[in-house]
Amino acid sequence: MRPTASRLLNILVPIKRTIDYAVKIRVNPDQKGVDLNVKHSMAVEEAVRLREKLKDAVKSIKVVTIGPPKSAETLRTALAMGADSGVHVEIPDSAPPPEPLGVAKALRAVIERQKEGVDLVILGKQAIDDDSSQTGQMLAGLLGWPQATFASKLVVDIAKKEASVTREIDGGLEELRCRLPLIVTTDLRLNEPRYASLPNIMKAKKKPIEKITPSDLGVDLTPRVETLKVAEPPKRVGGGKVENVDELIAKLKEAGITAV
Amino acid sequence: MSVSSALRFALRRQARRVQGAPLVQRRHASTSLYNTELAGLTEEQTEFRNAVTEFAQKEVAPRAAEIDKTNTFPTDLWEKMGDMGLLGITVSPDYGGLSLGYFNHTLAMEELSRASGSVALSYGAHSNLCVNQIHRWGTAEQKKKYLPDLVSGKKVGSLAMSESGSGSDVVSMRLRADKVDGGYKLTGNKFWITNGPTASTLVVYAKTEPTKGSKGITAFIIEKGFAGFSTHQKLDKFGMRGSDTCELVFEDCFVPEENVLGEVNRGAAVLMSGLDLERLVLSGGPLGLMQAAFDYAVSYVHERQQFGQPVGTFQLMQGKIADMYVAMNASRSYVYAVARACDAGSVSRRDCAGAILYSTEKAIEVAVEAQQCLGGNGYINDYPVGRIVRDSRLYAVGAGTQEIRRMLIGREFNEQFKNSGL
Repeated sequence: MRPTASRLLNILVPIKRTIDYAVKIRVNPDQKGVDLNVKHSMAVEEAVRLREKLKDAVKSIKVVTIGPPKSAETLRTALAMGADSGVHVEIPDSAPPPEPLGVAKALRAVIERQKEGVDLVILGKQAIDDDSSQTGQMLAGLLGWPQATFASKLVVDIAKKEASVTREIDGGLEELRCRLPLIVTTDLRLNEPRYASLPNIMKAKKKPIEKITPSDLGVDLTPRVETLKVAEPPKRVGGGKVENVDELIAKLKEAGITAV
Repeated sequence: MSVSSALRFALRRQARRVQGAPLVQRRHASTSLYNTELAGLTEEQTEFRNAVTEFAQKEVAPRAAEIDKTNTFPTDLWEKMGDMGLLGITVSPDYGGLSLGYFNHTLAMEELSRASGSVALSYGAHSNLCVNQIHRWGTAEQKKKYLPDLVSGKKVGSLAMSESGSGSDVVSMRLRADKVDGGYKLTGNKFWITNGPTASTLVVYAKTEPTKGSKGITAFIIEKGFAGFSTHQKLDKFGMRGSDTCELVFEDCFVPEENVLGEVNRGAAVLMSGLDLERLVLSGGPLGLMQAAFDYAVSYVHERQQFGQPVGTFQLMQGKIADMYVAMNASRSYVYAVARACDAGSVSRRDCAGAILYSTEKAIEVAVEAQQCLGGNGYINDYPVGRIVRDSRLYAVGAGTQEIRRMLIGREFNEQFKNSGL
């Protein structure tokens, strides 16, 4: 797999179908609403904005998802936002949700299948269901590509085959200059995803989606991690009010909390 | 990083949408108790509806209170709705439309109405009353000239048949269209005209033959810039505030020959056939209002506590929840059934009238009951239900009166029995 010819960019955006963030979550939830994961729709949005900025230099925006048959809906949403085509790595409804390492391996296989090559992979930094924040990093490791995670700004220089990425880190903002091909994971402040307009939703129906299985990719998605227990956080107990700073310090000392 | 950060993000996002609103409203800004199983929508219709919902909840719902308070329609919304593809749902793609059916249009009307009754009303007047009539009756030149801008939202559309002296008795209208060289001169007034203050393109009905009653009406396409055409100030309405309404004034307004819509003196056919579909699509309005009122009230009565328990658990309140729920779903079932029949080619006058008759009646009942569920808070304008009550009342007199709808249905049966000789 080689990067594409000098002036063109092929972008791959992996996406995931997850629960709607507005739905109340309980342990063993009833899946009431499912939606394109918010951070992933930012990844799609970023790819579409790159095309708006760089125009014909963006040759293709392909979205890929690994999931049961219903995940095709998620691909359609991304196509309606402006992606050109989709790849659906279909797993049965009964299969356990794939883990980040399995997903990364599958994505690597998808990338290696792309005859035209892939220059930029934009992923959400973590999904709303498992919050792993692993897939992007693992994929970069497997491919030996540079990674820029938690991106809050992405600027691509096609001529130089480089990108400059602003990352949010604990201390503030970090700027990286990276060579393409590159893995980028999106942070919350990257953009505000557009909603798909009705004409685009109708056009999306005609865009191609390639369906393959994990075995087509030569990838085994069997989980390697076993979940022993999931429990709700303990219910919040009422606190107490203090009158002044001295009382606060006394109560903290009582609770065994000392100054570092 | 954890689920809590996702929740914080969700709350931040919802808080951005609904600033300063009571907590209950903030929580369910994007969830609704709309009964998807009962709706029986196809996959495509569901996708369509979800897209409209997302748009309406993001772009319209947060502004609904402000629109009502200031009695002003936000002009940027027209192009936003145009970009979204909402303004030409039944229009051919040749003019930028989606070429979908009346059911889709009704669904769009419903979701916009759930976000804001007044925005939906103006939307309905533009996209169905004006756009759909030009689409159905216009010549190729007229459609090419007027539809693209109306569908994109660059221009606002309106339709004028009512006059201060001619409401239910619309055929008694007195706006005259006198034949002159190259066209017609219009003299008179129209009243109750939705979008009148801002419309650039208006479908107007006038008497070309004042002595011939229904056989003397002609439909015209009027442009805002025509000499002799002007508007009087916005009406100060009880509800649907923000859906700008006004009086139109014609003083020897010259309209060129090529702006006759349909055939001369055959305007009544244009008018009446349009009314059936108008009734169907506008039925989405009361449905949306009911859903909004119901969602809010049911959420509220499970939060509000008195005597140590949520008020929604008291039997009389359970009764209210039940009555609102059943009325709303029964209305929706009838409207959707009529919509499906229309898309299949059977447009029945009695059922289009029945759909809006029933859903309007139930919407007013449900809105008032929802307001009651809120107790004293229902009486404060910080809460949205009062606005929904005021908006719902419009449908009992707008797009026809309940009384006329009843008369029409009864008359349809009279004629059916007379003709079949039973």
